[in-house]
Amino acid sequence: MKTPWIMLLAGLGCAGLAQAQTTITVATVNNPDMVTMQKMTKAFTEAHPDIKVNYVTLAENELRQKITTDISSGGGQYDVITVSNYETPIWAKNGWLKAMDHLPDSYRVDDLIPSVRQGLSYEDKPYALPFYAESSMTYYRKDLFEKAGIEMPDQPTWSQIKDFAQKVHDPKNGVYGICLRGLPGWGENMALFSTMVNSFGGRWFNEQWEPQLTSEAWHEAANAYKTLLTQYGPPGSTSNGFTESETLFANGQCGMWVDSTVAAGYLSNPDNSKVHEHVGFARAPHEKTEAGSSWLYAWALAVPESADHPEAAQTFVDWATSADYIQSVADQYGWLSVPPGTRQSTYESQGYQKVAPFADLVEKAIQSADPEHPTAEPVPYTGIQFISIPQFQAIGTRVGQIMAGILSGQTSVDEGLDQAQAFTERLMRRADVAK
Amino acid sequence: MSDPSSNPSSRQRAPTKRLMAPSVLFLLVWMIVPLAMTLYYSLQDYNLMMPDMRGFAGFLSYELLFTDPVFWDALLNTLLLVATCLLVTVVAGLALALLFNRTFVGRGIARTLAISPFFVMPVVTGLIWKYMLLDPVYGLFSWVMRSMGFEPIQWLSSYPLLSVVMMISWEWTPFALLILLTGLQSLPEDQLEAVRLDGANRWQEFRHIVLPHLGQVLYVVIMLESIFFLTSFAEIYATTSGGPGTATTNLPYYIYLGAFFQYDIGLSSAAAIGAVVLANICAIFLIRFVAGNLNAGSQR
Repeated sequence: MKTPWIMLLAGLGCAGLAQAQTTITVATVNNPDMVTMQKMTKAFTEAHPDIKVNYVTLAENELRQKITTDISSGGGQYDVITVSNYETPIWAKNGWLKAMDHLPDSYRVDDLIPSVRQGLSYEDKPYALPFYAESSMTYYRKDLFEKAGIEMPDQPTWSQIKDFAQKVHDPKNGVYGICLRGLPGWGENMALFSTMVNSFGGRWFNEQWEPQLTSEAWHEAANAYKTLLTQYGPPGSTSNGFTESETLFANGQCGMWVDSTVAAGYLSNPDNSKVHEHVGFARAPHEKTEAGSSWLYAWALAVPESADHPEAAQTFVDWATSADYIQSVADQYGWLSVPPGTRQSTYESQGYQKVAPFADLVEKAIQSADPEHPTAEPVPYTGIQFISIPQFQAIGTRVGQIMAGILSGQTSVDEGLDQAQAFTERLMRRADVAK
Repeated sequence: MSDPSSNPSSRQRAPTKRLMAPSVLFLLVWMIVPLAMTLYYSLQDYNLMMPDMRGFAGFLSYELLFTDPVFWDALLNTLLLVATCLLVTVVAGLALALLFNRTFVGRGIARTLAISPFFVMPVVTGLIWKYMLLDPVYGLFSWVMRSMGFEPIQWLSSYPLLSVVMMISWEWTPFALLILLTGLQSLPEDQLEAVRLDGANRWQEFRHIVLPHLGQVLYVVIMLESIFFLTSFAEIYATTSGGPGTATTNLPYYIYLGAFFQYDIGLSSAAAIGAVVLANICAIFLIRFVAGNLNAGSQR
């Protein structure tokens, strides 16, 4: 008979707290920078004793499913959601996100890197604030290159990459020529492969929204990708995404790796990386055109229209994406742990330049990424490694599966690209975006 | 017989029918409401990502579904998966049941151990196999291969469907074992003694006494397992994600992809209706099969 008493007490307790405190629920990805954010939250709650922060932390795919189903049904489970520059304009158009137009001067909007800020806007209004941003670049092992007597140019081509991979490939000693993402997913293997297609001069759609996946450029890119990974890649590359590749490179098992700039801090950090002394950096490889050869991606925080506590949520977002936040992470964990790519002040800071030899390269890559002109030919869409239409998740997921099928030898390049083309055509028929 | 009042037994049956009504009604609502909703959505243009494009789509979803080569691949994979897993689990389960039916030291412990894989959750099964056994770099199988001087096999990318079949069979053989063992234990010893006195050898004993005795139990195993194999999902989700390519995409995974990667409720509903039809076709055959056998059993 004790239960009613306890329940009553608990009820009273909650009621008392609810008046004094607002609890916000933050849905985020389990990436290292977000884990740091959770550790830093204590500072936020100390400054705002009336706000309590709950985290829902999930892997990228699961998070996206949860958030999408919640927000599209107006569920309102989350007060702050983690979105990327893919979702933000689409969701803003659907009226699912609150505009971030309340920002005080002290937030210094102008300090945000323009291409990143642009990617998180819809009709010139920001709908999400960047937490960290990335482009892609080439990592290589200086010691292996020296031993092989080769030199990495500032901006290699994919053909050069293939030659280099051949020269440093030494599987007997556990070193594979090159590691690349092979794990299917529009945010995994397709991020890399789309930039390859761009640099080979290919595009997803022509200006009449007709899929171009069986073009010459797609064939060349797919063949190059398959050759690189099947001849000079680590075994089981279809299960290697960003995280797996990062671990392989940090363990010294890759001669080269083309992937997100966000790994630069991790690989330079002696705590994580066995090869921190030997990591070299170069721009992402290109082939026929430089346009769209490196991607632009930003993880950002946004407040859904359905949020229960929008004001508290916005206060949190302002804090987590501010320059002060970056500074306090640097003070506590060192400059290599700060979320990169969002603010010019990060790159201007001496502390960061001292520990991050890659800072200039990353900043330039992010600054120069141009989602409006992702390849040599004109396109009707925006976006480099994704295209800003709601159907892209479906298309990217399926084409990513097909590419994994090509890598593992289940389908040939010709057959696979035909399937990809057919799928894209069917999907576009379902909802004709050209209209 | 046509006049109900002249038949005393039908008057007795009438209240039974009325008493049964609530449960029948409950079952109908339980079944019909979700089915009707699925049917309704399968005729709609309904994509979560595109809230401004909703409306009646007619049979477009079905047309897109039937022209999708991946749907047919998924159907084939589903049938392949059910058939091979059934074969493996029933044969292995029977063999193990015959072994475990004998008396030996530590039989209780051995039986418990043999049955335990069945109590592992499907997702956990997937993870155990993916990381501890099949991984090409640090999995147990690769270690065995390497220590014998062979190149390790990349199970999940080279033989994806076979890997899934291995996982599901590993999990479900204990189930077959459990049911078949129970069946074997109910085998009257005197019948065996009788055929032995008549001079039957081991094979004849198995063929003419044990197997017919197990008949009904076998059909129960086959029916229950087919129902579960038709809906296998967690093992695929945790290991291959339906790939590489579409090599291990079965119908449940296909529906999942449609609903949670394309957010296309219309298309996934149409696929779900397809799965219902398939399940019903299987059920018709199975029930006939089982019913026929049960009748035969009762007449024997």
